[in-house]
Parts: sequence; structure tokens; C-alpha cells
Amino acid sequence: MAEKIFMKGCEAVAETAVRAGCRFFAGYPITPQNDVPEYFARRMPQVNGVFIQGESEVASANMAYGAAAAGVRSMTSSSSCGISLKSEAISWMAGANLPVVIANFQRGGPGIGTIQPAQQDYNQATKASGNGGFRMLVLSPSTLQEAVDMTWRAFELADKYSKPVMLLMDGFTGTMMEPVVLPEPLGEEQVAAIRASKTWAARGRHGGPQHKVMCGPGLDTRISQAQMNERDAELYESWKQTEVEYEEYMTEDAEIVVTAYGITGRIAKSAVGMLRAEGVKAGLIRPLKVYPFPEQAFEKLDFARLRGIVCAEMSIPAQYAEDVRNVVRGRTGIVTALSSGGEVLDRAQILEAARSLMK
Amino acid sequence: MMEKVYFRPAGIFDGTVTGFCPGCMHSSVCKIVCEALDELGQLDNACYVQGVGCCGLAVTYLNMDTVAAPHGRACAIASSFKRCSPETLVFTYQGDGDLAAIGLAETMSAANRGENFTVIFVNNGIYGMTGGQMAPTTLLGAKTTTTPYGRNEAEHGSPMHMCELINQLDAPAYIARVTCADVPNARKAKAAVRKAFQYQLEGRGFSFVEFVSNCPTNWGMSPLESLDHVHNVILKEFPLGEFRAK
Ligand SMILES: Cc1ncc(C[n+]2csc(CCOP(=O)(O)OP(=O)(O)O)c2C)c(N)n1
Ligand code: SF4
Ligand SMILES: [Mg+2]
Repeated sequence: MAEKIFMKGCEAVAETAVRAGCRFFAGYPITPQNDVPEYFARRMPQVNGVFIQGESEVASANMAYGAAAAGVRSMTSSSSCGISLKSEAISWMAGANLPVVIANFQRGGPGIGTIQPAQQDYNQATKASGNGGFRMLVLSPSTLQEAVDMTWRAFELADKYSKPVMLLMDGFTGTMMEPVVLPEPLGEEQVAAIRASKTWAARGRHGGPQHKVMCGPGLDTRISQAQMNERDAELYESWKQTEVEYEEYMTEDAEIVVTAYGITGRIAKSAVGMLRAEGVKAGLIRPLKVYPFPEQAFEKLDFARLRGIVCAEMSIPAQYAEDVRNVVRGRTGIVTALSSGGEVLDRAQILEAARSLMK
Repeated sequence: MMEKVYFRPAGIFDGTVTGFCPGCMHSSVCKIVCEALDELGQLDNACYVQGVGCCGLAVTYLNMDTVAAPHGRACAIASSFKRCSPETLVFTYQGDGDLAAIGLAETMSAANRGENFTVIFVNNGIYGMTGGQMAPTTLLGAKTTTTPYGRNEAEHGSPMHMCELINQLDAPAYIARVTCADVPNARKAKAAVRKAFQYQLEGRGFSFVEFVSNCPTNWGMSPLESLDHVHNVILKEFPLGEFRAK
């Protein structure tokens, strides 16, 4: 049995990244994720990795882009308004096919927002983390063990598709402590082999053909804008079959479905337990990835039996609920349980919303 | 037996033409950089980070590794790239809008950290690619499409001198301003580029070579007039020389 360690979310993510072979991190201080750059600052020199405190989020994300262009597993993190500044580089990563893991420990918004936990960046993460209509796989953990597992997978997925991948966290999952089992670290040979396998990475020609890390057309004559967009559209479409991931809990006979992602998914699960104890046939749908959206989970529901769906999220106005509404298309009623940055979503709100559907 | 004494540097593809306008010194800068790489035997080991601007027009005819940067971010990208690939010779190729306006923070911060790569900075006093707007380096009085009445100090500030600014920092190892507006200066320019690359190969830190350049198209001058303008006017504002060679 692997050993359980009591760790803070930010540090569990950072340590997992190092174990997954991440050898470059750049970041800029912003609460509630300062433990991430601070951890990498301590840890990277121990594994011959590189940590740079960037002069801004703009610079940090571009540094992550530069390291990925050299073939190194690379990461950057921030919170909400800092992610907005990273959006330039994230869009370029998508355009230049560079694998980078970006973590967003969400806080309030818009603008600077409160420094406390929130889920106000759902639309940004799933629909427009930069210009150009690109999409990213977006993983959202509700426990620290999930955060660890998802961090590891995020690097694999980024490399698999050669695209940026987002970990959508929040101030809770970043700052709370929980016992976690960490994965065995990749050996230095494995880390080197992963880098060497990226034959497209720039390194000097050394007798071979040119390596060009370019953001698509414009000056890169190898591909037209349409070819680039169509190729990406096909990839995003394929993700709907291959990359959808969600948890279903007691949905078989459910009359009420509570749905939520990230930390709120955890609160929702406990609400489902309480409703069941009251005799309400409640179930849970919790996306593990919020992009691609788990349409299948909702399509499978028995709408004849269903009395309604409760969408819970730490965002006002609701954002996740809009995607649920688009899939459900009026086949059952939808109510929301919402809170705003810094106000923990109370389980009682979910219970109340569920009971309103039972009337 | 005749000896071939002048040839295309290996870094420039055979049979390609430059995308630059006739008489633009961007092409001379590219040639000088490629010759320096040839002479140092580093072409095969080089990777340049291209800024956004007319420098991007070089991409179809420079035969070496390249990473494209968003507008202004070349120094951030070169910083991480070089740290992850310390054996590779890394240089950025940037214009004055790119390096001194939108990328000022990235430029100064990389210089201040003493990052071990080379900046090739093409200062033509204007935004060439976008059609002749004011740059941070535009001379006072100069008419551009966004200073139709001339740049004036009260409203726009004075031209920024990047070598002098960077020379205020402790870390940079090599700082020089050169031009290829005439043959003797072009020779000096190549020596400066070689020296900058040599500094990098020796791990001495940040090296910065500013080329005082031209933009005949957006200056509204013939190529020859633009060279006279460089000699008679621009070089008075931007004096040539080595500012630092640590
Ligand atoms: C974020 C962003 N803003 C603006 C532009 C438009 N743009 C392209 S080139 C350029 C200016 C280039 O001027 P300079 O750096 O001086 O290079 P030059 O063309 O003069 O060599 C601008 C503003 C862009 N591509 N990206
Ligand atoms: S627009 Fe100006 S800087 Fe650009 S290629 Fe033409 S002359 Fe050179
Ligand atoms: Mg310019």
C-alpha cells in the first residue's frame, strides 16, 4: 500500500507535476495559489528543473510556452484575473500545438474579485480562454486525491494531443489539506525519453530539417487557416466520444438529479445522501471534465420519471447551469443553487432547491 | 583558378527571395546574423525566437530552427527556452514596437535577470508591419500615421533609447548599437553580433545588439534617401557604439 500523506492542494498538485516529469514552471504571485510557485521554487532545483518567477502572468504563460517549444513538460498556474492575462499565451499554445498544463485556482470575479474560492470562470475555461475559438480539455477535481490523479493525467493528455490542458481548481481545493497517495515519480530516463519523443521541438537543426514552432498560418506556409481550424474542429469533435468523464451516483431510479462539478460536486454528493435518507430519490451527475461537457450523462436520464435537476455552482450568474439547460432542452425543470466568490455554497441551499422540485 | 569570396550564407535558403521591401535593412540584418552564425559554426545549433512585425517576414527564407512569439513576448519565451536548452544558441529577432512598447516588461526583465541569450533588435523608429504608426523610438517631430502633426514631447514623450536603458541594469553582459547603413558600419555590426553570440556561448549572460535600421516604405523615402536620413538625422539621436562589454 502506498503511503498516504497529508498535503495542501496547491502543493499536492505541484508535487504531482514534478513526479509526472514537469521540469519547467513559471508563475506570478496571486492568492489563493501562491503555494504553487513557492513549492516549485523549492522543488525544481532538486530535479534539475527550471522555475522562473515571471514579471507578470503574461510573461509566465509565455515562458511556459517557450519551455514546451523546447520539448519540456511545462506548467503555469494562476487564479482568475491572472488567467485572463495568460489567455494570450494559452491561445498561442493551442495554435502552435504546444502541450502545457495550466491550473486555475478560481477566486471571485469579474475583475480582481475576492480572493476567496469561486467557480466564476466556468465559461472562460470551457469556451474562451483566449481568442480564436479553440477548446481545451478541462479537468476539475473535487478532492485532493482527484487533484493528484488529474494533474498526472493532465500532462499525459497535453502530450497525447499536443495541446494545452486546464486544471480547473478553486480556492478550496488549492488551500485545504487532505490525505493523498502520490504517484511514483517518473525516472530521469523516462523524463528524458518523453522530451526526446517530441521530435517537432526546436533544438537547433543539427544536420536535420528545420523545427518550426509556429502558431499556424499567417507566416507559416505549411498550413492554411482553414486547414488548421478544420483539423482542430475534428479533434474537439472526437473528444466528445473519447474524453467525456463524469461520475454518476444513484441516478438509476432518481427523481431528482443534483449536478455540480469541482468542490461543489462534493457538497452536492453529500446533499444527495441526505435527500436519500429523507426518502427522496436523489442522484448525482458530477463532471470530472467540464470540457468536453458530459452530454451523455444527461441524455441517459429517464425524463419521464425525473421531477427536475438542481444545478449547484459557486457562480452568480449561473454558468454551468446554462450548459445543462442546453442539453436538457426543456425535458425537465431546472433550478439552481448558487453562491458567489467567498461564500461557501451551503448544502442547505441544495436541499431546499431539491425539495422545491418535490412539491 | 578563381576563388569564391562572396556567397549566400547557409542560413538563407537557396532560391528564396526576402519578404522585405526593397532597400529595407531588415534583409541586411538577417544576412549579417546568418554570416556570423556561419563563421562561428553555430547555424546548425541555433534557434531564433521571432517577434511580431516585419521580422516575421524572415521566416520563409531563414533555414534554422525557430519559435514564434506573441507580439512583445520574445524575451520571455527565449528565457525559458534557453534555460531548458542551454546548449542551443538562442536569439530573439524583434522590432522596436515589439521590444520597446508591448514587450518592454519582458525585455527589461530578461535583461535584468541576465538571461543567457542574445537580442537582435531592429530599430526602424516606426511600426513597419502595421503601416507606419508611431513607435517608442520615433523621433520628435516625425510625422507618422498616428502622429499626423508630428511627435511632440508634451503629448507623446521623447524617443526611448533601449541600449541606454538596459545599460542601467547590473546583469547584462554585452550591449551595442550598430547599423548597416554603410559598408564599414555593416562590418562593425557583424563583429558586434559575433561578439554577442560569443558571449552567449561562453555563458556570460544577456547580450543585446540594436541595429539602427530604416523603413523606406513607411518613411515615404527612397532606399537611398532613407540611408541619408539614417546618417544625417537618426544617428544623432541614436549614437552608435559598444555600451558595455563585460
Ligand atoms: C497583440 C498584438 N497587437 C498588435 C498586433 C499588430 N502588430 C503586428 S506587427 C506590429 C508592430 C510591429 O512594429 P515593430 O515591432 O516596430 O516591427 P517592424 O514591423 O517595424 O519591423 C503590430 C502592432 C499584433 N500582431 N498582436
Ligand atoms: S514595411 Fe518597412 S520595415 Fe517592413 S519590410 Fe517594408 S521597409 Fe522594411
Ligand atoms: Mg519598427
